[in-house]
Amino acid sequence: MSSPILRLIAQRIALGILLLLAISVLIFAGTQILPGDVAQAILGQSATPESLANLREQLGLNEPAYLRYFHWLGGVLTGDLGTAMSSGQDIATSIKGRLWNTLFLAFWAAIVAVPLAIILGLIAVRYRNGWVDKLISGLALASTSFPEFFIGYLLVYFFAVKWQIFPAISTVYDGMPFGERMQAIALPATALTLVVLAHMMRMTRAAILNVMQSAYVETAELKGLSAFAVIRKHAFPNAIAPIINVVMLNLAYLIVGVVVVEVIFVYPGMGQYLVDHVTKRDVPVVQAVGLIFAAVYISLNIIADIAAIVANPRLRHPK
Amino acid sequence: MADVKAKSTPLLDIRNLRIEATVYPPGEPPKTITLVHDVSLTLEKGKVLGLIGESGAGKSTIGLSSMGYGRGGVRITGGEVILNGRDILKGGKEGFRKLRGREVCYVAQSAAAAFNPAHRLMDQVVEATLLHGRATRAEAEKRAVALFKKLSLPNPETIGERFPHQVSGGQLQRVMTAMALCSEPDLIVFDEPTTALDVTTQIDVLSAIKDAIRDTHVAALYITHDLAVVAQVSDEIMVLRHGRLVEWGGTRQIIKEPRQEYTNALVSVHEIEHAEQKPAATPFLSVKNVTAAYGGGQVKVLKNVSVDIYPGQTLAVVGESGSGKSTLARAITGLLPPEQGSVTFDGRPLANRLADRPKEDLRQLQMIYQMADVAMNPRQTVGTIIGRPLEFYFGMKGRERDKRVAELLDEIEMGKGFVDRYPAELSGGQKQRVCIARSLAAKPKLIICDEVTSALDPLVANGILKLLLNLQEHEKVAYLFITHDLATVKSIADSIAVMYRGEVVRYGSKSKVLTPPFDAYTDLLLSSVPEMEIGWLEKAIKGRRMASAGN
Repeated sequence: MSSPILRLIAQRIALGILLLLAISVLIFAGTQILPGDVAQAILGQSATPESLANLREQLGLNEPAYLRYFHWLGGVLTGDLGTAMSSGQDIATSIKGRLWNTLFLAFWAAIVAVPLAIILGLIAVRYRNGWVDKLISGLALASTSFPEFFIGYLLVYFFAVKWQIFPAISTVYDGMPFGERMQAIALPATALTLVVLAHMMRMTRAAILNVMQSAYVETAELKGLSAFAVIRKHAFPNAIAPIINVVMLNLAYLIVGVVVVEVIFVYPGMGQYLVDHVTKRDVPVVQAVGLIFAAVYISLNIIADIAAIVANPRLRHPK
Repeated sequence: MADVKAKSTPLLDIRNLRIEATVYPPGEPPKTITLVHDVSLTLEKGKVLGLIGESGAGKSTIGLSSMGYGRGGVRITGGEVILNGRDILKGGKEGFRKLRGREVCYVAQSAAAAFNPAHRLMDQVVEATLLHGRATRAEAEKRAVALFKKLSLPNPETIGERFPHQVSGGQLQRVMTAMALCSEPDLIVFDEPTTALDVTTQIDVLSAIKDAIRDTHVAALYITHDLAVVAQVSDEIMVLRHGRLVEWGGTRQIIKEPRQEYTNALVSVHEIEHAEQKPAATPFLSVKNVTAAYGGGQVKVLKNVSVDIYPGQTLAVVGESGSGKSTLARAITGLLPPEQGSVTFDGRPLANRLADRPKEDLRQLQMIYQMADVAMNPRQTVGTIIGRPLEFYFGMKGRERDKRVAELLDEIEMGKGFVDRYPAELSGGQKQRVCIARSLAAKPKLIICDEVTSALDPLVANGILKLLLNLQEHEKVAYLFITHDLATVKSIADSIAVMYRGEVVRYGSKSKVLTPPFDAYTDLLLSSVPEMEIGWLEKAIKGRRMASAGN
C-alpha cells in the first residue's frame, strides 16, 4: 500500500470521528433544550422544590452544561451509557442484547439483499430494455413503493396466518437454538430485504449502464466475450464505487431504520427499544441510542468511502 | 461444394455491403439512413488495405463489419462479408463471438480509452487468446512479452504488470497492437490508431505497427483520414465518401496519379500559399518573460516565455501536447495569471487577472477553441450567439444588431438562412465558422485560435484556414495560432514560436524558423510530419536526432 492512499483513508477516519463528536454535541444539546430536566421527569408534577433541588444536586444537574457534556462523553467512551430513568437499569447492559439482535437481523437481511440486488442489476443490464429488465425493475420498484408496514402485514397474513410457515411474532431470547432463531427472523428479514432491494438494484443497473458506453466495453465485445462476461469482468469493476455507496447506505438503513419492521414483528431490537423509551421520555436512553445509530451510520459511510478509494486503481497504483 | 481454390480465395471478401441505421431527429418520426452503399472490397492474406475518407465516409463502419459489429443502432442490412471462405453474416451471434478476437482483432483510435482502467495490461492483452483457447496462460504471456519487444516498448518483461493509467498514450497504442496480435489473428482492423497522438509519437507507433505487420504476415484494414499516414503502411488504398466507393487502387497510383477529382483534392489538401508579412515597427502585444504554474506554483508549465504579436499578422505556436501552448493562451487572456513577467498591450501592461481587466481589454482579445460544439450554448440560435458580443460590447439592439449579424454571416460565407438554426443543426466546419463570427463581432485586435482545425476533416480544415486568411486581410486582425500541425503552420503563419516543455526553443519569422540549421527539437517536429511519399517513414526514422517526449 502506498502512502497517498493511506493518507486519504486516515483523512476519512479522522473526519468521521470529528463528525461523530459534532453529532454527540447536537444530541446532548437537543435534549437540554427540551423543557424540564431529568429530575423533573423522575419526580413528576407533584415534586416539591426541595426534593427537586436535592435530586439535581445528586445527579449533578447544577453543573454547567459543558461539564455535564464531558461527563456524559467520558462515560460513553468508557462504555458507561448511564442509567435508564424509567427502569433504573444500566443502559449499556440492556442495549447490548438489543444491539446484537438488530445486527443479527440486519446481517441476514443484508446477506440475502445485497448479492440478490447486484445480481438482479447485472441481469437487468444484460437484457436491458427487454422484458426481463422491465420485469425486474417493475417488481423492485413495486416492492419499495409499498410502505414497509404494509409489506410486513402482507407477509404476516400469508406466511403466518394463512399458511402458518413462519411465526407472526419474532420472539428471540438468549440461548435460543440457531435454527429456531432463523425461523423467527424469516419474516422481518424478508420484509427488510424487499424494502432495500430496489434501491440497490437500480443503482447497480444505472452505474453499470453508465460505463457500458465506454470504449473499453467495446474492446471487450470485440474480443468475443459473451455479453454477461463483458458486464461482469469489464463493466462491473468500474462501476463499483457508486454501487458500494448505495449498498452501505442501505446497510445503515437496515440497522438504524428498522423501527417500523421491529415494531410490527415485536422483535426485541434497537428500534423497539428506542420507540419504547421515546414514549416514556427516557432522555438518557434516547441519547445513547441516537449516538449508537449515528456511529453506525458514519462508520458504514466511512467504509463506503474507503472501499471506493481502494477500488480506484489510479489511487491504488500511482504512476 | 463451391469450387474453392485455396490460392485464389481472398482472406476477406466483402460484397455489396449495405449498412443502415435508424436516426431519431428531434420532432420528426424516426427514419432509416444508409451509411454504406453497396461497397465491395477484397483483401489478400498478409496485405494491408487503407480505408480513407473524411468523417461520415463509413470507414470505421466498414472496418467493424468484418467483425460483424455495428456501433450503436447500426445494422448490416445487405451484402456478404466472406472471411476465410464463409459468410460471417450467416453465423449469428455465436459465430461473431467465435471470430472476434480470434480471426479478426481490433485496434482502436484511443487506446487510452479502450483499455479497461480496472485491469492490468497483461490480463487484457492475453484475454482474447485465453478465451478462444489459442494458448495456455504461460504461452500467451510469453508471446505477449515477445510482442512488446517487437513493438519496442520499454521494459517489455514488466510493462504488462502496469495499469493503463501508468503508461503513456503512445505506448498504450502499441500495447493495444500487441493485444491484437497476441491471438495470432488473420486480420487486424486498425481504426485511426495514430490520430490521437502527437506527430512525434505517431511516427514511432506507425513504424512499430508497420514492422509488426510485416513480421507476422497478418492482413490489415488500416482506417484513417490522413492520406500521408496510410501511404506509409498500405499496399492498396480505398477512398470512400458518404459511404460510397470513390477510388480503389495501389498506394502509388492513388497518391501519384489519382483518377478521381475527390482523391485529387485529398492529395493536394494542405497547399495554401501564404506569403510571409514583414513585422511592423512595434508589436501591439508583447509577452515578456512570463512564467506560469498550476497547483499553486507546483507545476511550472511556462518558463520565461517571451513573444511579440504584430498588428494584422499571425504568430503560430507549435509543440506537442504538454508543451505549454494552450497555457500561453491562458496566461495572455488572464485565465491563468502569470507568476512572473508581464503582458503589454498597446504599450501599457494588461492586468494579470481576467477579473481585473476592463471590458475594453476583454473585447480586444477573443478566443476560438478546438471543440466548436462545446464552445456554444446548444439552446441558443446562431443569431443569438453571434449577436451576444454585439450587445455586450457595443450595446447594439434590434434591427441594427440583426443587420450586423447578417454581415458577419456573410463574412464567414454562411447565408442568412442560418440565423435561426441551432448549433446541433450545423456541421463541424459550420460550427467553427460561427465561433469565428462570434469572435469577429467584438472587432478584436487579436484572436487566439487554439487548435481550431484539429478536430476537422482536412478539406473542411482547409476551408477554415482560407477563411481566416481572408478575414485577416479585410479586418486587419492578428492571430495567435496554436497548433500541433506543422502543415497548418506553413500555410498561415508570419512568425513561429516552437515550444518544448514550457519553453520557447525557437522563435522568429516563418522563413527563419523553417530554414536550416534546426535545433534538435524543431528538426524532430519537422521530420515527423508525414509526407505523401512512399518510403518516407523509413527515411524519417533513420534521420532522427532525438527521441520524442511521448516515449
